Amino acid sequence: MSDTSTKLSASTLTSPKIVEPTLFELSSAGRKGVSFPDPDVPRAKLPKSLLRADLPLPELAEVDVVRHYMRLSKFNYSVDDGFYPLGSCTMKYNPKINEDTCRLPGFLFTHPLQPIETVQGNLALMFTLQEWLKEISGFEAVTLQPAAGAHGEFTGVLIMRAYHRSRGDDKRVKMLIPDSAHGTNPASANMTGLTIVQIPSDERGNIDLKALKEQCDDTVFGLMMTNPNTLGMFDEHVEEVVKIVHDCGGLVYGDGANLNALLGIIRPGDVGFDLMHFNLHKTFAVPHGGGGPGSGPVGVAAHLADFLPEPLVGILEEGEEDVPPLYGFVKPAKSIGRMKAFHGHFGGGLVRAFTYIAMHGPDGLKDIAQYAVLNANYLLARLRDTYHVPYDRICMHEFVAEGQFAGSDVRALDIAKRLMDYDFHPPTNYFPLIVHEALMIEPTETENKDTLDRFADTLIKIAEEAKSQPELLHEAPHNTPFGRMDEVKAARELVLCCWLPEDYNLGE
Amino acid sequence: MTYLPHSPKERDAMLATIGVKSLEDLFKDIPAKHRFPNLDLPPALTEMEAAAELAELAESNENVHGDLISFLGAGAYNHYIPAVINHIISRGEFYTAYTPYQPEISQGTLQAAFEYQSLISALTGMDVSNASHYDGATAAAEAVNMAYAQFRGKRKKVVISPTVHPQYRAVIRTYTQGMSVEVAGDNAEANLESGPEALASLVDENTMLVIVQYPDFFGRVYDYAALIESAHSKGALVCVVANPTALGLFKTPGAMGADIVVGEGQPLGIPMWFGGPWLGFFTTKKAFVHKMAGRLVGETVDSRGQRAYVLTLTSREQHIKRERATSNICTNQGLLALASAVYMSVLGKNGMKQVAELCYHKAHYAAEQLSKIEGYGMCFPEPFFHEFVLCCPKPASEVNAHLLEHGILGGYDLGQDYPALKNHLLIAVTEMNSREDIDTLVDALSEVDHE
Repeated sequence: MSDTSTKLSASTLTSPKIVEPTLFELSSAGRKGVSFPDPDVPRAKLPKSLLRADLPLPELAEVDVVRHYMRLSKFNYSVDDGFYPLGSCTMKYNPKINEDTCRLPGFLFTHPLQPIETVQGNLALMFTLQEWLKEISGFEAVTLQPAAGAHGEFTGVLIMRAYHRSRGDDKRVKMLIPDSAHGTNPASANMTGLTIVQIPSDERGNIDLKALKEQCDDTVFGLMMTNPNTLGMFDEHVEEVVKIVHDCGGLVYGDGANLNALLGIIRPGDVGFDLMHFNLHKTFAVPHGGGGPGSGPVGVAAHLADFLPEPLVGILEEGEEDVPPLYGFVKPAKSIGRMKAFHGHFGGGLVRAFTYIAMHGPDGLKDIAQYAVLNANYLLARLRDTYHVPYDRICMHEFVAEGQFAGSDVRALDIAKRLMDYDFHPPTNYFPLIVHEALMIEPTETENKDTLDRFADTLIKIAEEAKSQPELLHEAPHNTPFGRMDEVKAARELVLCCWLPEDYNLGE
Repeated sequence: MTYLPHSPKERDAMLATIGVKSLEDLFKDIPAKHRFPNLDLPPALTEMEAAAELAELAESNENVHGDLISFLGAGAYNHYIPAVINHIISRGEFYTAYTPYQPEISQGTLQAAFEYQSLISALTGMDVSNASHYDGATAAAEAVNMAYAQFRGKRKKVVISPTVHPQYRAVIRTYTQGMSVEVAGDNAEANLESGPEALASLVDENTMLVIVQYPDFFGRVYDYAALIESAHSKGALVCVVANPTALGLFKTPGAMGADIVVGEGQPLGIPMWFGGPWLGFFTTKKAFVHKMAGRLVGETVDSRGQRAYVLTLTSREQHIKRERATSNICTNQGLLALASAVYMSVLGKNGMKQVAELCYHKAHYAAEQLSKIEGYGMCFPEPFFHEFVLCCPKPASEVNAHLLEHGILGGYDLGQDYPALKNHLLIAVTEMNSREDIDTLVDALSEVDHE
């Protein structure tokens, strides 16, 4: 995604124009924001030799801070602003009720180490969500602990490792990863020192079975498979792929990033996947928060349940007619250990996802997948005559087009930037790596036909602009508060933080 | 059709454009025998019903804002959260945006992250901070990964103080199980009374990293400068797991010479939320920036000559480098980093120090009063910050059960992690505990043996 070819009109020799000062530049010595009461106990003696000499933090009034962040917020594009067809990121609408339920005081102000008798509401919610995710995915057990998708992947790889070792099968060192995979897959596998073997895709966007078979021997640790894959294609031979890997003793890991297309359509556990992570922040409408927090629960088949991280939520005493069960924490017999402190992203992740699933039920979940796939195929149908789609068949929740035209030097990046001028967030570009100048488009189910038409019309118009006025695209965006960035300067100069001005306290 | 905007007429028009007859026709690639499973889930609730059900679940908990007086800390702290924070992080422009991969329309997120990095660097006394990790425990585990990479796997040993949070130590063990790493220093028989000097003797030429906590798990405040100097003389790096509230008052790990400072940012305006999501902060010296994991925001200019910010050094990251990345981390804790930045900026220099001092004074008052009760006493000498270990005349679990009957959430039962400390409670006191709360605790404990 680097943008090194952009010619910068502004000289780097003159000081840049400051659009919004930093908190440090806004600071004024002696100004106060939130204050606290004086102590209601006697003051204890402070250990002088251990105290810090200076605390160089800004000094601001509350109104300064509010206006600063208000101005900053207006520089952002968000799902609440408009269409955000970012492939593989599932930028669906985030329902407002979830913001309220996750902030109920009973959730906000409970300590993770409280006695279980005092947090039965939290534990009941977690237990129920484990059960729901099992039912949705077809797995036997679920951990809610992983903090994000990549964290779930790492958890999954450690579970696979523990499984092989428990069988004395230490020679398995090879993780098979299709060439269309997210970068987190090889990075997660590498964290346990596995060798990564890339498997190519065939001309229909499926895993190339011949290439897969060639790699399958008794050193195969497993396969990490995203299905539907990042081309938006459901692998037509998925059952065969799973069988080939199982036959050589490997395990099949499902990257659940694209689960939105499968809700109520098919359960990965039913097809023979051994384990999979969920992205609650994609599929179950947990907002992305400008980069997080996410939540990445992992579901596993029966033979892997003993290896899950500790703790899980279980029923310690069964309930009776008028008595609810007693929920508590349980440790799986051969647990890989703890993946993070405490119990996962409870408030921001689990409560929101629980609310979302409760409000959909089985039919509503199926609707999500069906309409996500409808929207993607509709855009594909409207765009395929203008943009080349290398893997062109009925897609799932997303598809990948090429952002380039014969005889033109316009690139996917230019198209992405030009879309901003028309008030759209661009699709994912330059991923997956197997499509040239990729534009990966995932509309999600929460967009209406008018928005999709406006987006398709705009992309068609941009394709005309690419021929008639290519400079307009090379220099885009024009209508945004900021233009293209000098990324080379950022990496070369590495200014990674700011401070109070040098003459800040001279008056004191 | 909870959040679906399609009218039947629009749906049919779209199907016609695609060239299929029904929604089901879009799923012919799905193996028929597994297609359209009947999910055994409860039927959909309306918003009104869901709101009521969630309220009932939440209310069946006993919270520490009214139901219980809390003296429980051990890695999660009940601090006052100024109202302004939730108002800012609830703006859709912030919380419904994605990772700022398109900087032209993400300057809000990017400048806020740059300022977060700056505030955390100033607080810890370090050169650079990344844009966040999942939590304090995973940030500590990433410190091990960084040290491992720094020595290209040639040094294998990590020395960890036994008074680093037990769950953080557990996470480090989980993270390193696929690496050939030896963990030393925190065995069950470790002497808990000895200071940091005891660790120095374990550091050798094979040691990549020493990890200590500041204040330590028992609340004790040590100056680690001598330990750090000694570790450096063997070529090892030192990581300090720091409590950010304490840094409002105490000397920075940066000033002591630490190479990496990590910690849990929850005390900076983030609710306890039954354990998450919170905020792992990670800082280091500029020399190590290329080995660090996670996103980094750097300053630059745009094509119009405006100062602006971008994700930088992305060649360390998984979406560029795949298996050669410094870590697999992708999603981080962006919104909570924003919450902590708002906290640090509205409290500012003055408020941060004030909160730290309030915690200190109240904890010392509590320690003094509790020590006067017959059979109870302080286990370790001062100085301590806002937590301390109270020796009890009977098992901590029994003491806590008694306190809970009086509406008090007692301290952390240290016997769970340290077999020798079965009769020991880790008591936390923050600015949220009034003198009256503390006196109530003292009264309740005075009664334990008289019932």
